[in-house]
Amino acid sequence: MITVLYFARLREALGTGSEALALPAAVRDVEGVRALLVARGGEWEQALASGKAARAAVNQAMAHDDTPVTDGDEIAFFPPVTGG
Amino acid sequence: MGVGMSVRIQTADFDVSAEIAALRRGNPKIGAVASFIGVVRDVNEGGAVAEMTLEHYPGMTEKAIEEIVDQARSRWQVLDALVVHRIGKLKPADQIVLVAIASGHRADAFAACEFIMDYLKTRAPFWKQEATGSGARWVEARASDDIAAERWRLKG
Repeated sequence: MITVLYFARLREALGTGSEALALPAAVRDVEGVRALLVARGGEWEQALASGKAARAAVNQAMAHDDTPVTDGDEIAFFPPVTGG
Repeated sequence: MGVGMSVRIQTADFDVSAEIAALRRGNPKIGAVASFIGVVRDVNEGGAVAEMTLEHYPGMTEKAIEEIVDQARSRWQVLDALVVHRIGKLKPADQIVLVAIASGHRADAFAACEFIMDYLKTRAPFWKQEATGSGARWVEARASDDIAAERWRLKG
């Protein structure tokens, strides 16, 4: 299982801040997780498809689409940051 | 956290004078302290702002800022560094963030301070939401912040 977190506008659009997800053997990286969620359609596709502004972190470090993801990892999706 | 660095995420306000006094204490090698304070404005994108809420990613926020400060320490002489960033509900004129850098000389102190702010604006996981007369809206990231961060890219 992996833990997936959603923040800010993304959380509001998707209606959830976190979920536990079973990781299929074929899913090995952030792009794979993204595709899994996009396949849900609707808001998930709207918010998370490649090319959209949703950024990702794996185990609390900024990640790219090719960042590896393995069982037990924590992945977060969020809009571009606006701190400071 | 590395030696000579302090990063705090908190709801409470901070006392700039006390924080800088603590930063300077007991280190006679310090010849320069440069600092930045971010403040909530009462207007954004042409609309009045009544209240701002700062969301963050607990755990990652501290790590991300520590990493940014580490980068600054590897590029400039930083004897000590402090970053305090508030979260939760803030009002116009409230302090949001403090970055203070102690160095032997001013060039490194100024540069490290500006670098840390430019990188915090584009890499630290916070999200601002503003409450206006016509409802709540999430603040959009600015292209100018990405451009500011890009300036620091090392050549070659």
